[in-house]
Amino acid sequence: MQINVTVNGTAHSADVEPRTLLVHYIREQCGLTGTNIGCDTSSCGACTIHMDGESVKSCTVLAVQADGSDIKTIEGMAAADGTLHPMQESFRQCHGLQCGYCTPGMVMAAVGILNENPHPTETEVRQGLEGNLCRCTGYHNIVKAVLHCAEGASK
Amino acid sequence: MIPALFDYARAGSTEEAVSLIAQHGDEAKFLAGGHSLLPLMKLRLAAPAMLIDLGRIKDLSYIRDAGDHIAVGALTRHHDVQHSTLLATTNPLLAHAAGHVGDPQVRHRGTIGGSLAHADAASDLPAVAVAMNAQLIVQGPNGKRTIAARDFYRGFLESALAADEMLVEIQFPNLTGGTWSFQKFNRRAQDWAIVGVAAYKHNGAAGVGLVNMGSTPIYAAASSAAAAGGASPADAADLAVQEAEPQVDLNASVAYRTHLAKVLVRRALEEAS
Repeated sequence: MQINVTVNGTAHSADVEPRTLLVHYIREQCGLTGTNIGCDTSSCGACTIHMDGESVKSCTVLAVQADGSDIKTIEGMAAADGTLHPMQESFRQCHGLQCGYCTPGMVMAAVGILNENPHPTETEVRQGLEGNLCRCTGYHNIVKAVLHCAEGASK
Repeated sequence: MIPALFDYARAGSTEEAVSLIAQHGDEAKFLAGGHSLLPLMKLRLAAPAMLIDLGRIKDLSYIRDAGDHIAVGALTRHHDVQHSTLLATTNPLLAHAAGHVGDPQVRHRGTIGGSLAHADAASDLPAVAVAMNAQLIVQGPNGKRTIAARDFYRGFLESALAADEMLVEIQFPNLTGGTWSFQKFNRRAQDWAIVGVAAYKHNGAAGVGLVNMGSTPIYAAASSAAAAGGASPADAADLAVQEAEPQVDLNASVAYRTHLAKVLVRRALEEAS
């Protein structure tokens, strides 16, 4: 089936099987492998992307369901000149990662939290990240990074 | 994990969806947000020959004050139920429980109608629906009919929905001024409840629904009647498992579930007193 989506600002048109998962479309057909597949059961959040501005788990969306939507992946976060998105910069400053596998999903989920609630409490950040697992258990610095980014935005 | 092959059709309207399911019958499944169905299909526990995608039927996404009840369109997402300003005053138990479904990403996709029609006894919203006896409006080839939530659940993942019917609206009571509680006991934030309780009191009425205490969501009729009749939370909670048929799984034995249900119903009724 033919689908048309915008991925990181670029229009894409593709013929996909109805059973193609959005994460496979993004990784294999768009070639954007920054979005990771972790648990593949919508538990871990590694595959989190933005669909029409909201965080979703791309392992549990069919590409045909995303037809017509505006997709943003981790590759679309930094500016064209390489300047990191403030959330990426905050993860860097606060060392909000260890092995890095969950990081793309964490960043996308974290940006999603601040889109809906620009000044969250620490508890709200932790609750907002309940759908993202870090197997290194590096949650403290991830939460710090999100709060750091929110503080930066308020200055 | 990739689902088995299936045909895909996109419904532009409720009428088109009902017509498509009439053509394809048992072989077809409705797809709303997909957050119950797609995981089952990826695990090959479900392999429908056809999916009828309801995601474009935008006019089934709404939350309205309909006078004697609050009408919620079946395709309203958990995120929108959770953050509804109307529900914050008229049915905060529903809004709060919707905020406990899955995680933020799941709530951006999953819908109230999908959750209720999937009929999973471990899900949060079916227990809310039976606690307050929401009215489920379903549409089939011969028009609409209404099914009370307490008559809707028939067995494990089974409901009173006929193969050619679609859930289109859920009508919840206006509980403005009432008291309520939602208790969800689990070991990890986004897990299904090991046991959950939805309870409310309003104008002398009371309702208690149990999550994961049987093959269907359970309406705890005896506890509800006792709570409405003025029994103490502890006394009403003693009756919590009369209608339940708790099952053993990796998380809990029958005895532990029974214990949890009584404790959580007591806490819920204390909070709602």
